[in-house]
Amino acid sequence: MAVNLFYFLIFPGLLFAAIVGAFLSWFDRKITARVQFRKGPPLLQPFYDFFKLLLVKETILPKHGAQLIFLLAPVFAVFGATMAAVFILLPLLNITTGFRGDLLVIFYLLTIPSFSYIIGALASGNPLAAVGGSREMKLILAYELTFLLFIAGIIMKCGQQFDLYTIIQTQKTASPFIGSISGVLLFIVGIFCIQAKLALVPFDMPEAEAEITEGIFIEYSGGSYAMIKLTKYIMLFILPAFLIALLMNGFILDGIHILWAVLKLLAVVLVITLIRNTNPRVKIKQAIRFFAVWMNLLAVIALILIEFGY
Amino acid sequence: MGFKNYCFKKSLWVFHFGGASCNNCDIEILDCLTPKYDLERFGILLVGSIRHADVLLVNGSINMHDKDRLIEVYNQAPKPILVVAIGACGCTGGYFTESYTFAGPVDKIIPVNAYVPGCPPKPEAIIAGIVKLVENS
Repeated sequence: MAVNLFYFLIFPGLLFAAIVGAFLSWFDRKITARVQFRKGPPLLQPFYDFFKLLLVKETILPKHGAQLIFLLAPVFAVFGATMAAVFILLPLLNITTGFRGDLLVIFYLLTIPSFSYIIGALASGNPLAAVGGSREMKLILAYELTFLLFIAGIIMKCGQQFDLYTIIQTQKTASPFIGSISGVLLFIVGIFCIQAKLALVPFDMPEAEAEITEGIFIEYSGGSYAMIKLTKYIMLFILPAFLIALLMNGFILDGIHILWAVLKLLAVVLVITLIRNTNPRVKIKQAIRFFAVWMNLLAVIALILIEFGY
Repeated sequence: MGFKNYCFKKSLWVFHFGGASCNNCDIEILDCLTPKYDLERFGILLVGSIRHADVLLVNGSINMHDKDRLIEVYNQAPKPILVVAIGACGCTGGYFTESYTFAGPVDKIIPVNAYVPGCPPKPEAIIAGIVKLVENS
């Protein structure tokens, strides 16, 4: 019991994932600033933001809205993100427990934050939040099938194995999955799915700042917004980590390999950041077409290539 | 209190309220976020929703229509909130002081923490104002 709580709250779970995610969030903002020839925020900026929201600011509840659900939704989001973090990071960091990282469990847990945002947004009673919530719903419908096809590709590639631990071990004994044509296609599909899951710029229409003023988060302030920030930090860490586990050999944590692990993580976040900095926001219709036609096509081509052994 | 105040100072998020402005001050405020001045290195971000804001920037002359909206925006903001009046119109009324639609300078309507005069103030002046705000808050 105590060790499970430790897993959940401290080491691969909440605290560790939040701290690494906060640093990745700083990395993302710093790269964004460098792309725009700016200097960028200091290293501890995500922590200042989080503690300011949590400790200093007042939390305002909307008068016309379901206040309890409005307040609980960010807590659910943190819970879902943390559970996903534990289940991804336990096999990834090679900690042996009874759980070997079932992909379908992880798949469902990764959707909990998005659903919590929708519930919170619709509970706030704000029309712009409702617009954001409906856009987020459409976005989930668009990318979820693609993400499932991506996971199906990984499962086919390692011979119908559903657990993350075996997938990582298969890659370590043979070669990383990204070293083949189908692996590269799956990597492209996975990167765009992550982009949509994180709601970063080509697919940030749920929170479109200039258009519907942060949409789904418009009514959140103070501590509840701090919870949402925490979820975003954790998701920014675990989704790239998940991609690395599935396609890029996972992490090896001894000696010089730790540096490799960090570089892999930073490289994936760098790709996400560069996509976000070089693209405009698309309309929701374009996003759905992008995933439903092009990304699904790419994923199906990858599945066929895997079937023929490429 | 020290830690809380330090975090607050290091991460001021700005919400921009434009009154009946001639848009010069708006442009100068946006200049502060461009590569040359880059306020993000102090942790200052421009946010879209008043619920996320720590600083309320008010510029332009406040006329009868703006007054109610300014009070509403101020009441909707999560406290503590700092208010900065930008430009001659925000600070005193400037050119519009005698106008029949003028509803008083910003500090007659809501409490103001810092004034940045100028028509329009240079980005350097806005940054200097924000530094003073951070030092005294």
